[in-house]
Amino acid sequence: MDVAHLLRRAGFGASSDDLATFGSLSSAQAVDRLVNYDSIPDDVESKIGQPGYVGTTSSGPFSPDTVINDARQRWLFRMVHSNRPLQEKMALFWHNYFATGYSKIAGVAKSDGGTTLMNNQIAFLRTNALGNLRDLLLGIAKDPAMLIWLDGDSNTKAKPQENFGRELMELFSRGVGHYTEDDVYAAARVFTGWNLDRSFNFVYNANQHETSAKTFSFPIYPNGSQTIPARAASAGMQDGIDFINALSMHQETATRLVTKLYGFLVSETIPPDPAFIASLATTYLNYGSAIQPVIEQILLSPQFTNPAVAFTRYSWPAEFVVRAIKETGWTGFSVGSALTPMINMTQQLYEPPNVAGWVLGQSWFSTGAMLARMNFASALASNQKFRLATAAAGARSSPQALVSFMTSRLTADFDSTSDLMSYASSAAWTGSDAQVQAKASGLAHLILGSPEYQFV
Amino acid sequence: MPITRRSFVKNGVAAFTVSLAVPRFLSDLARAQGASSRNLVVLDLSGGNDGLSLLVPYTDNFYYSRRPTLGIPAGSVLQIGSDTSGKALGLHPKLTGLKDIFNQGRLALIQRVGYENSSRSHFAGTDIWSTANPSSSQGTGWVGRYLSTLASPVDPLVAWNTTGDTPHALQSPSVSVASIPSVSGYAFSSPNGGAEAQLERSTAATIASHVPVDKAHIAFVGTTVQAALATLDRVASVGSYKPSVTYPNNGFGQALQAIAGAMAKGIATRVFWVQTGGFDTHASQDTTSDNGAYVKLMSTLNDGLTAFYSDLKNSGLINETLLLSFSEFGRRISENGSKGTDHGAASVLLAMGGAVRGGIFGTAASLNPDPSNPTLENSGGDVHYETDFRSVYARVIDNWLGGDSVGVLGGNFKNGPAFV
Repeated sequence: MDVAHLLRRAGFGASSDDLATFGSLSSAQAVDRLVNYDSIPDDVESKIGQPGYVGTTSSGPFSPDTVINDARQRWLFRMVHSNRPLQEKMALFWHNYFATGYSKIAGVAKSDGGTTLMNNQIAFLRTNALGNLRDLLLGIAKDPAMLIWLDGDSNTKAKPQENFGRELMELFSRGVGHYTEDDVYAAARVFTGWNLDRSFNFVYNANQHETSAKTFSFPIYPNGSQTIPARAASAGMQDGIDFINALSMHQETATRLVTKLYGFLVSETIPPDPAFIASLATTYLNYGSAIQPVIEQILLSPQFTNPAVAFTRYSWPAEFVVRAIKETGWTGFSVGSALTPMINMTQQLYEPPNVAGWVLGQSWFSTGAMLARMNFASALASNQKFRLATAAAGARSSPQALVSFMTSRLTADFDSTSDLMSYASSAAWTGSDAQVQAKASGLAHLILGSPEYQFV
Repeated sequence: MPITRRSFVKNGVAAFTVSLAVPRFLSDLARAQGASSRNLVVLDLSGGNDGLSLLVPYTDNFYYSRRPTLGIPAGSVLQIGSDTSGKALGLHPKLTGLKDIFNQGRLALIQRVGYENSSRSHFAGTDIWSTANPSSSQGTGWVGRYLSTLASPVDPLVAWNTTGDTPHALQSPSVSVASIPSVSGYAFSSPNGGAEAQLERSTAATIASHVPVDKAHIAFVGTTVQAALATLDRVASVGSYKPSVTYPNNGFGQALQAIAGAMAKGIATRVFWVQTGGFDTHASQDTTSDNGAYVKLMSTLNDGLTAFYSDLKNSGLINETLLLSFSEFGRRISENGSKGTDHGAASVLLAMGGAVRGGIFGTAASLNPDPSNPTLENSGGDVHYETDFRSVYARVIDNWLGGDSVGVLGGNFKNGPAFV
């Protein structure tokens, strides 16, 4: 298996250390190491601020628990350096799937409280990154940030609030077209009383639960019943548990989720074979909505290892930024330098545009967003100019050697490097320090900013 | 052997490489074409605007009974007369500048715009307003399809989107739309200086111009890079624009200032896209307090549009400008338990400009919750549409842009309100 391909998809690309770690493993061992990460210590945050790791930038003491830009940097740091890359990658997947925006949370819980609540949500998604959708849905239904984001906090029996119930069906499970407006009203009533206390902790307010029966257009129970029975308010929380148990095991949910995972892990340009999607959906349902066996099946499948799918997914800005750092080098660079560029690339972590998350694929590549990528490439190349020249010391004999060195370090789908060669050999080659610094950084800029590099 | 882009070039089949590089004189060419100097500005009020709080039916008792906390008192609305059904209407109290423009006859309010079986989903709803096809949320956008009818070569700056990612309505079968959220950030930087930086820029353009025929996804990004590099210098010229009024210091105001600058600098852009969000007011909508959520939305809207109108009026460009607003849906008539409103159906559209025939178009709904009330739908819960949104688009395409609405919209919708 192509380890670089595996790590671009199931992680954020490979540093030279990663290549050394994974290079000696068989395909099955490599996938096993990525998927079964519980035995690998999650100690990455203890490295923040230590030499040899990417830096952070704060106006005051680094306070990721309470300052949102520091929280963003901590997550980027994790993406660069975590020894559990698939866990971090799937946390990002779920952040898009359960897209919750910091600004609205901070408007209610203040900036420090909003940061804490968002951190808690992302930590929950990370903990359950390869868990099962049923647990994810139940946790997200009780998640304080989500209860603020989709107004569940004000869902009461007198006035059921539709926002969460609608998106639970439309975006988190069955998908648009697979529920009715009456289902939305019923779903709102299911979650009446799922509120917050004054300290923004989840609380089930039995006296705000609407206790009558709720009937849907689809089955809720294994016997085919479409009605959640009327029950006493004290037991009414079971309504939501029954509802989520049902949604998580619907065929529509399974097909929708595994299709998203195919697009995330395999390809956005080569449509999935329906039989492969059906097989993944069956795995999902057979394992009770578990994600890990689905991902393991994908990563070991011929569809994934087919060389034709390499570089056929449009990279998300977070992936672009982190991979550029991992491949170019990071000593002396700060992930703080990525925060504003990522806004311009249209992916600010913790601030998806709406509950549907970011629009993926070609939509990442407007002219302004692409310029932001090219200019981030320039900033990183400029920052790493001297280190790149030092690293390229063995390749200073000729422009060809330098281009070869740079294109093996920065992985992109180039059919030919003749444009890069023309650039590198624009003047008589001396191999001087100044020339190698200029050309190495110029090549890094051009490669990272090329159309070919924007794919993983 | 797989066919690569380079083997094509090597074999001299240069036709397989695509270049979007546009000669500088094209913008002059476009200006010389005279009639096409008209601008369209599309304003997306994202989240689902509550039309009943923007244009208030302050004599409808059901408006107050169904909105006990959100109803705006009759005494504070900005009265603007009645519609053709005799229903008295007033603007939200914060829309003082828009009322002035209305009084000048340059603001049209088009009531109850929507479509049958209105989607209550933000995303499906936005897609439908974008594709102009109520039965499909897929496919290109109505503005993008209009752009693709323009004579080639189409200037890569023909459309300017002020948001980061390209809105669905601007997605085109053939025209790449520039996204320019910030004029100052729309530049090419380099780790080196001088001639080396120039060489990097020309090499970046060369790399992007070699479009691999067997990798359409890379070709797509290459086209984007080319469009960006071909427009940088003209966009930079907008940075020196000195507006005649002070725009609000928020994203919406600054985007409008950039649009006015692009018009004033004559960089050949014909269609602009601007967005202001926060209209998804499920909770604490508060239409009347100083810091109320909807009050702030209306202030942002009013202050931005008023500055824009004044600035363009001062420069004379207002006569060449039409601004059209939309939102993915209106909101439910009755307020919910969170003092907000949930997703509804039809809503009000704004059209503003020097050539707009101002006034109130269409008739207001009766808010009587009787399920048989024909002006409502969803058992009296939501406002039913009266004017098909495509007939508004058709009016803009035919009467303002000089296009062919039947071709762009895939049907004849030429019976729309005569606001332009």
